[in-house]
Amino acid sequence: MAKTLLEIAGLRKTYGAVEVLKGIDCAVHEGEVIAIIGSSGSGKTTLLRCINMLEDFQDGTIRLDGEEIGYHVEGSTRRRKSEKDIARQRALTGMAFQQFNLFPHMTAAQNVMLGLVKVKRLPKGEAHAIALKWLDRVGLGDRANHYPGQLSGGQQQRVAIARAIAMNPRLMLFDEVTSALDPELVGEVLQVIKDLAAEGMTMLLVTHEMRFAYEVASRVIFMNKGVIGEEGNPREMFVAPKTERLAEFLKTSSFN
Amino acid sequence: MGYTLNFAVVWRNFDQLLAGLALSLGLAVISILIGAVIGLAVAFALTSRYRATAWPATAYVTLIRNLPILVLVLFAYFALPQLGIRLDKVQSFVAVLALYSGAYLAEVFRAGLLSIPKGLTEAGLAIGLTPMQIRSTIIVPLMLRNVLPSMSSTIISLFKDTSLAATIAVPELTFAARKINVESFRVIETWIVASALYVITCALIAALMRQIERRLAVPR
Repeated sequence: MAKTLLEIAGLRKTYGAVEVLKGIDCAVHEGEVIAIIGSSGSGKTTLLRCINMLEDFQDGTIRLDGEEIGYHVEGSTRRRKSEKDIARQRALTGMAFQQFNLFPHMTAAQNVMLGLVKVKRLPKGEAHAIALKWLDRVGLGDRANHYPGQLSGGQQQRVAIARAIAMNPRLMLFDEVTSALDPELVGEVLQVIKDLAAEGMTMLLVTHEMRFAYEVASRVIFMNKGVIGEEGNPREMFVAPKTERLAEFLKTSSFN
Repeated sequence: MGYTLNFAVVWRNFDQLLAGLALSLGLAVISILIGAVIGLAVAFALTSRYRATAWPATAYVTLIRNLPILVLVLFAYFALPQLGIRLDKVQSFVAVLALYSGAYLAEVFRAGLLSIPKGLTEAGLAIGLTPMQIRSTIIVPLMLRNVLPSMSSTIISLFKDTSLAATIAVPELTFAARKINVESFRVIETWIVASALYVITCALIAALMRQIERRLAVPR
């Protein structure tokens, strides 16, 4: 068995009175590609966002390489880590968003370089070389000096993925990265993710692309009302769901 | 009637008007620069989640924006010395205009900050930037681009407010014009020329701001 990279135990998250995550336990091993599926409101995006502390959570622990993310516990008090510590931990995971979120006043290359220069403190020249390498890898070597507004949605998303990957994260989080794209642009983004998966990058993807989850994921987690409803190998889950919930969900989603 | 326009006196004293204009510009530039720093800090405080920082910022903006600037100018120059704070007339005017600029620019910046999508902050956090780094490299540069058009009119308005320094005998453009006036009685000519200087300067400021706007525009 590969080394455990991410370990989530008893994760609970509430917004006011609403409990969005009701106790999530899950372990991710190095090199695993996990697709998180489920209807909207099931907590799948929130789970992803807790892993890099874009959301605070009220109970439970998340460990990355054994290090507790976001909080430290002394005796019975649980405290949020300092912004600086959390920033350092966030740099260990990469994230791509549904809305790309590229910095519009920076070129593609500058977008990728920012973290390398400001967080990793690399010299500009070196950061630029790394940025070009990754832009090339996502098929955008010739777009390095374009601004986000000059790129298509699919290209923007690929730049956003390059920006995250260039930081050399231990774990990549993809949050519905193709949901905002025109159908004809989805393929190019999925291909980039597929290539990364093939190279052994550990990743968690929240996705509505069932066909893609089926083909690429080594494991599928089905989220239902804030808990993990079912998980397992995609071939078994998609073909013979054990729970009625999953069967129903698959019927209404576009897997065929 | 029977008044014949004669600009000779005005031209003879034109250097005084120009010196006055230079001082007006100097007062405006220094005050607005200080005001921009205040405004930025206050704008962040206004948009803060923490009530302890938002409250004093709101109080400052509300107070300053509901006072006529003339009252502030007179208070700073005549009342502060009674309280033991002694500033010369230029210092006291700059202090007032800086505070005044700060309140107006804070509102301009606040609107700009609210227009920045939250996703950009999250993208910055996700690559490991600290909140301070996100402010300086992403939020402020984008916000300033967004607010340049409305900042232009605020800056012009603040420049015109320097004329109030005349009330405490700071020899800026309006004061210089009044002085020539009093000495020569060429009332119409003096005010026509002084007005023209204000109008031209404001038009140049507007043109400069448009130029900056064009330069910094995000290509699409």
